[in-house]
Formats: sequence, C-alpha cells, structure tokens
Amino acid sequence: MAHDTLAPPKGTPLLDVSGLQTSFDLSKKLSIKAVDGVSFQVHAGETLAIVGESGSGKSVTSLSIMGLLPKDIGRVSAGSIKLEGREITQLSDAEMREIRGKEIGMIFQEPMTSLNPVLTIGQQIAEMVIRHQKLSKAKARARAIEMLELVGIPEPATRVDNYPHEMSGGMRQRAMIAMALACEPRILIADEPTTALDVTIQAQMLELMKDLQDKLGMAIIFITHDLGVVAEVADRVVVMYGAQVVETASVEDIFRNPRMPYTAGLMNSIPRLGSSINKKRLEAIPGTVPALTSLPDGCRFHPRCAHAASICKTNLPELEDAGAGHMIRCMRWRELSLNERQAS
Amino acid sequence: MTIPLLQVENLRKYFPIRGGVLQRVVNNLKAVDGISFDVQAGEVVGLVGESGSGKTTVGRTILRLEDATDGAVRFGGTNVMCLGASDMRAYRKRMQIIFQDPYASLNPREKVRDILVHPLKLHQIGHSSEHEDRAAALLEKVGLSRDHLDRFPHEFSGGQRQRIGIARALAVEPEFIVADEPVSALDVSIQAQVINLLDDLRSDLDLTMLFIAHDLGVVEHICDRVIVMYLGRVMEIASTADLYARPNHPYTQALLSAVPIPEPGKRRNRVILKGDIPSPISPPSGCVFRTRCPIATNDCANITPELKTVGEGQASACIHTT
Repeated sequence: MAHDTLAPPKGTPLLDVSGLQTSFDLSKKLSIKAVDGVSFQVHAGETLAIVGESGSGKSVTSLSIMGLLPKDIGRVSAGSIKLEGREITQLSDAEMREIRGKEIGMIFQEPMTSLNPVLTIGQQIAEMVIRHQKLSKAKARARAIEMLELVGIPEPATRVDNYPHEMSGGMRQRAMIAMALACEPRILIADEPTTALDVTIQAQMLELMKDLQDKLGMAIIFITHDLGVVAEVADRVVVMYGAQVVETASVEDIFRNPRMPYTAGLMNSIPRLGSSINKKRLEAIPGTVPALTSLPDGCRFHPRCAHAASICKTNLPELEDAGAGHMIRCMRWRELSLNERQAS
Repeated sequence: MTIPLLQVENLRKYFPIRGGVLQRVVNNLKAVDGISFDVQAGEVVGLVGESGSGKTTVGRTILRLEDATDGAVRFGGTNVMCLGASDMRAYRKRMQIIFQDPYASLNPREKVRDILVHPLKLHQIGHSSEHEDRAAALLEKVGLSRDHLDRFPHEFSGGQRQRIGIARALAVEPEFIVADEPVSALDVSIQAQVINLLDDLRSDLDLTMLFIAHDLGVVEHICDRVIVMYLGRVMEIASTADLYARPNHPYTQALLSAVPIPEPGKRRNRVILKGDIPSPISPPSGCVFRTRCPIATNDCANITPELKTVGEGQASACIHTT
C-alpha cells in the first residue's frame, strides 16, 4: 500500500482482466450486462481499489473473477481473466475450487453470513488448509491457531474452538481474514470488508490488512464505495459506473486531478472533516444511478452530467489513455477542466 | 437564555434480560444509563457513537416509541414521560421521526398519497378536501412532484424513498424531528442530495433536530452541537467547531482520528483503539470507556466521571482531562 507508485508497475501482472463481460439472464427474453467490457491488471504487492455505487458492477466483477456467479442465470459472456497468464474463465468447478482459497482469498462484507454458523472458527480454517495444503488434522489446528494469532485475536488457543456467534463483529471479521489468508493466497479480494463496521474497528482492520500485505506480499483488490478508505489503502483506483470502467489512475491522480465528471462529482459530494470551519453546500450529483435494464443511450452518465453536450447523448465514449496510466471514458475530457483539487 | 425546546434529564432505558424456568429478570441491558442534554429551538444537535452506544434508543425513548426506565423528557416545559395516551397524541404531532432504512419504513401496499394523508387525518389537520393539495405540496417541498402521488414505494429509488419519509415526517408540521441515520443507507452520490435537502428544510422551516449518525463527516456538516455517546453514557458535549478542532475526551479523539480522510498520502497520528465496545449487560466499573482508553489508570476503575465543563459550552466526562 505504498503511495509512491505513479505509473502502473511493469512485468507480467498477477491478474489480468481483459474485456470482461458478465451477463445475467433475467428471463427468457431479457438479459443484462452487469459487467460490460471491464479491463484492469493487478500486480504483486499492489492494492487496487474498485470504486462504485450500487449497480455499478463492482461486486459482480469480483464474483466473476472468483467463479462464484449464480449458476443458472449468470455467466461470463466475453473477455478473459488470466491468473499469472492462465485463463480461468473456462475452468471446471473442481479446477476453480483449487484456485479459490489457495490462489485467491476472499473477504466479504458480512462476516455473519459468510461464516458457517455450525462449525467452529478453527474447523473452518482447518478445512481450508487440509484441502489445499494436505496438512494432517493436528497440524491444521495448529495452523488455525497461528492464523488467529496473526490477525490479532486474543487467546487464539481458546478462541479457535469458538462458534461465530460467540464472537463480536470485529472479531468475526478478523476470523474471516485469518481464513482467507490461511493458505497464503497471491491475491486477496476484499468486497466492502469494513462497510458494516464502526470507524474504530475499521481503523483496526485497515491497519491489519496493511501489516499482512507487508508480511505476505499479496496483491489486494479492495472493493468499496468509501473514498476515504480508498485514499488510505489504494495504489491504483478503478472507478465504475453503469457496468463500465469510467476512469482509472494512480490514487494521487484520481484524487488530485479527476478527469471524468462522475469521479469529480463523487469527490465533491462527500462531506469532509473540517466543514464546520468553512461551511459550504455539498455539490450533489443530480438524479439517480441508472438501472441496468434501462441504461441511457450515449454516455451512461450523461443524464446526470453537468458538462453533457449533444454528442454525449448519442455516442458512447471509449476508455482513452491520457498518459501515465490515466484512462478516461468521456467525450469531452480534452476540453474540460474539472476543478483540480489542491494538494495538501 | 430561553427555555430549551427539549430537555432530557437523567434518562435511563434498561432492557430486562429474563432467564430460568420462571423467566425472572436476571439482569439488565443498560442501553441508556443516565444521560442529560438540552436542545434549543432552531438547533440541530448531533448524537454520535459506535453501534451499541445507545444513540438510537435515546431517540426512540424521547419520542416514547420505547418507555423510559427512569428520567424526564421535557418538551416545551412539559414532561412527556408522564402524559396519558390522549395528551401524548398532541405531542406526537409536534415531534416526528425520520427512519434509517427507506426500504423498511414505508408501507409497500400504500400509495404515496395515503402515506402522506394518513398523518393529516390522524391529527385532524385541515379539511379532507385540502389533503391532496397538501400532500402534493409536501412532495414538491422535498423535490418530488404531484405526479408521484399515485405511485407505490417500490417504484422509487432509495433516495426518493427517503424524500418521501421526510415528507411524511413534515406532514404534521412538527417543531422537532429525530433523524435516525437518515442518509447512511443511501448511495454516496445520493447522500449529498438528501443532506442538502435537510439543510434547506432546516432554514426554510426553522426545524429543531436531533440528528443521530455514525458518519462524523456528515454530522460535522449538518449539526450545530454534538453529543458523543459510549455505552449508554455521554462522553462529551460541545459545539461542532470546538469538538472537531479541540476534542477533549480520549474517546472523541480516537473516534475522530479513525475517520479515513479522502486525501491520499495524508496520514495522521491515529489512535487505534484496542478491542471492541464491551457488552452493555456488564459494563466496566467506573469509566465505561477505560477498557479501551489509551490513558486509563487504576483510578478510572473506581471513579465514575461526571460531565465537567472544559471550555465555553464544552463538557467532557474524563478524570484525566482538563
């Protein structure tokens, strides 16, 4: 989570998502694209934040990577996902099971619904390491205790026999992280991991994830809507809107110099600490997030955009490279100057 | 100084825990444990704290959606805790609530027209022939239109539903509103719209509000004064400017330092609290915050700190700060 990465790192990416399209068949006649041509790369040791509101496609992107789309209705309909050069969209369920947990770890928003309530924390971690690392039962239990200690759970040797309901929210989220990291995955996908937590517990979790990344050198894909969290953890940022990537850049660039009007709008609409000294009206983005069943023609953001011109109503802009890895999806990005934020 | 519109005095709310064969009360969950504060007419007071701090219970108890265990809530000088059902009805017209979840707080089978006209009928406001116009005017006030009267809640987005919830609260022209996390269930780009709406309504209608929230950025933006709660007690009360610039209580300091700032590279000296908020069934002795406090000493286990004045309009419950 270093902040000195300006250009995207070189070399083969750990994860290479290219032109990903994920479709959901809502009925025999109606099918929607919840992810529509999304591309990004993640390198070892790097943290990539995917930012977006509900319906932007950020969570479906992560489910597509992990092969966890709902069986009957969801499918990757185009594009590729390569894990260290190996295509994983065509793998069988059994092959995907070998990758999940071992190569790619996952943390979800709600620890209570993602932990099994009838197994102890220790049993759930042990199950993972027995499957992937072929450890004996006794060794697996020792590994579970070691992991609980690593994530800062007090008295790990006792806690290992706790059921999820016997733990507090913060403790459960730690247990989830312990489970996700037990097999030392190369990539950790964290989908809104701190959204349900209080700020004091969120601060503990972000600190913990940073520590573990330094120790284990994994890449993190951090999915969130909280720009404060993004500024704190990310090296690079992907902003999604209406199932597409609308802007991607280094974390410094995206905060100091957002160039797509939606990104700039998000930055201006959050109340920041310090507002009592210098009271200003929030600059809200008008309208609502579009439903995927009724996306507007042209640029998907144009009905809410203060800078929309007539060309924006008819032409869907391509994602264009503005240099230094800064990609923008906007017909007018060359002519607009959007309120550059002061570096402080 | 004028008499405050709302005076909360030593309010307590215990939820009994029953156990054993006879379901006797074996213990109490002390959700609110002796808190006092005033709200002046026209003021917006924020109530912040982590989940489990009792902030929502305070709001619900003031409106008598829960019965208090002890204490008084004076509204315009009258203790509403002692009122009978028919007297209370007159006060319900004067005090309203906006709920957190716009998906759960609107009846899915009622049209918007009925949602807004019901409170008018119940409190016998205006003639029934005027009700439709009043409902339409309310919708316009919250940024919707007359065309929306015949729609059902499921036809609206989250932000629009919250606008309907606000219109419903405003229907009876209340003097005081409890807003319980009114924007936390909304998307980021929609939050700002609703915050701006509340700001406008506040200045147009001269509303007095108790604004319950966990998002400290939102609270700073909208509130004049802030009350910080922890485990059913008040830790600190101050004007918004003082609280954010000079937090006195170690809990307030930790809470503020935990808020992530949307500016990359800007790191503060963060106070990371250990562990979680303790159970309100068996709160720590003395100062309830001492188990997570970075400056706690042995005295903190023995002395229950009182709120003491630490500056103009600023009070803090800590034996170590001045």
